[in-house]
Amino acid sequence: MLSFSLDSRRGSFHFHVECTFASDWTVIFGPSGAGKSTLLRLLAGLDHPISGSIALDGRALTETASGIRVPPGHRQTSLVSQQPALFPHLTAAANVAYGLRNLDRPARARRVDEMLDLVGATELAARCPEDLSGGQAQRVALARALAPAPRLLLLDEPFSALDGVTSDALLVRLQHWLRENRVQAVVATHDATDAIATSAEVLLLGDGRVTALGPAAEVLASERDRLLGRLQTPPR
Amino acid sequence: MDWQAFALSLRLALVTTAILLAIAVPLSALIVLGRGRWLAAVEALATLPMVLPPTVLGFFLLVLLGPRTAFGRGVAAVLGHPLAFSFSGLVVGSVIYSLPFAVQPLVAGFGSVDTALVDAARLLGAGPVRLVSSILIPLARRSLLAAIVLSFLHTIGEFGVVLMLGGDIPGATRTLSIVLYDQVESFDYATAGHTALLLLGLSALALVAVYATSQKRGSVRSA
Repeated sequence: MLSFSLDSRRGSFHFHVECTFASDWTVIFGPSGAGKSTLLRLLAGLDHPISGSIALDGRALTETASGIRVPPGHRQTSLVSQQPALFPHLTAAANVAYGLRNLDRPARARRVDEMLDLVGATELAARCPEDLSGGQAQRVALARALAPAPRLLLLDEPFSALDGVTSDALLVRLQHWLRENRVQAVVATHDATDAIATSAEVLLLGDGRVTALGPAAEVLASERDRLLGRLQTPPR
Repeated sequence: MDWQAFALSLRLALVTTAILLAIAVPLSALIVLGRGRWLAAVEALATLPMVLPPTVLGFFLLVLLGPRTAFGRGVAAVLGHPLAFSFSGLVVGSVIYSLPFAVQPLVAGFGSVDTALVDAARLLGAGPVRLVSSILIPLARRSLLAAIVLSFLHTIGEFGVVLMLGGDIPGATRTLSIVLYDQVESFDYATAGHTALLLLGLSALALVAVYATSQKRGSVRSA
């Protein structure tokens, strides 16, 4: 379970969100500039709130009142952004292995193979990031994030470069793997179909505030109607 | 040709460059990755020797490391000899004088590494040492090379600080630049020409080495 209460400010943008995510798969939905990426960066520990706290399964990751600030690599939290940010001087396999220093070489190699297989990127292992397409790079970035066995996976528009069919297939495999490994996922998106398709718990953000929190069918009802309306409108 | 001075200049440049790298790499990483306004003061302090006239810096160091100050006396007591007018003193002066030439390229190189890559490495558990050694240095290797070459050449050609702090002691503080000065002062222009050519050759060789290793041959340059 992930619970947090966060106050942050960047220029004139004031972010204040207080929430508890009990679901395995929570979608943060909102327009650009609503604060989705801000929230994910705060949860990952890459940015620090002015005040507030974050607890994952009862363990305090951030607590400004008592000065707790667990560094990013020690929060059992992974983040995959829209920009894959693969290390350009390392192969795909070396990228996936980067967070596995605590494993011996054979165990590391097995884990890398397992993760690349999960995202359907086994054949990309020896390639360098500059030789990967956007979608391939996103899949390798996902494998890299999953490799260290996080407890919390943060995804920021992670499949934006994948085509619909590949994205759907990967989503099914990923959700199955996350359930098996008891990993909680928080996914930021501005695409309502992602949220509706996964029947997720949805946090609706607007201008740095929580607008609604609940099942996708309820929270995104108006968004769903809008999308259906667009589909039923005959082309001109 | 004063080969003793040549060897001393090379030794001074190599030692200075090695010490500078050990200081400049972590310092530049701190300037780029750290947070806080005090880092601007650190960067300004590291750049200061660039704008100070070498003779002024040499004079300050001469006074600081000499017997007039408690610091100078303390150092002399520890080492058994004063730092001024010794090879060790020259190294101290050269390191301070060439510090900006090592720090500036590294700050520029480290600063050009995409912050998303730094974030990704931190999320994967990289501490500061691993972040620098496995991400910043490989991605900014041209800047590292530039820092090495600039530090080396700057030390080889150093004159003001060396003269002020080290004087002209053969085998201890007489570098090629000092030899060149002595040769010109005694109107021995022919030998001075050879010394100057040697210094020029060293500089050119180092620069060719940098360009040869840092550019992809045959690549098309965009405007």
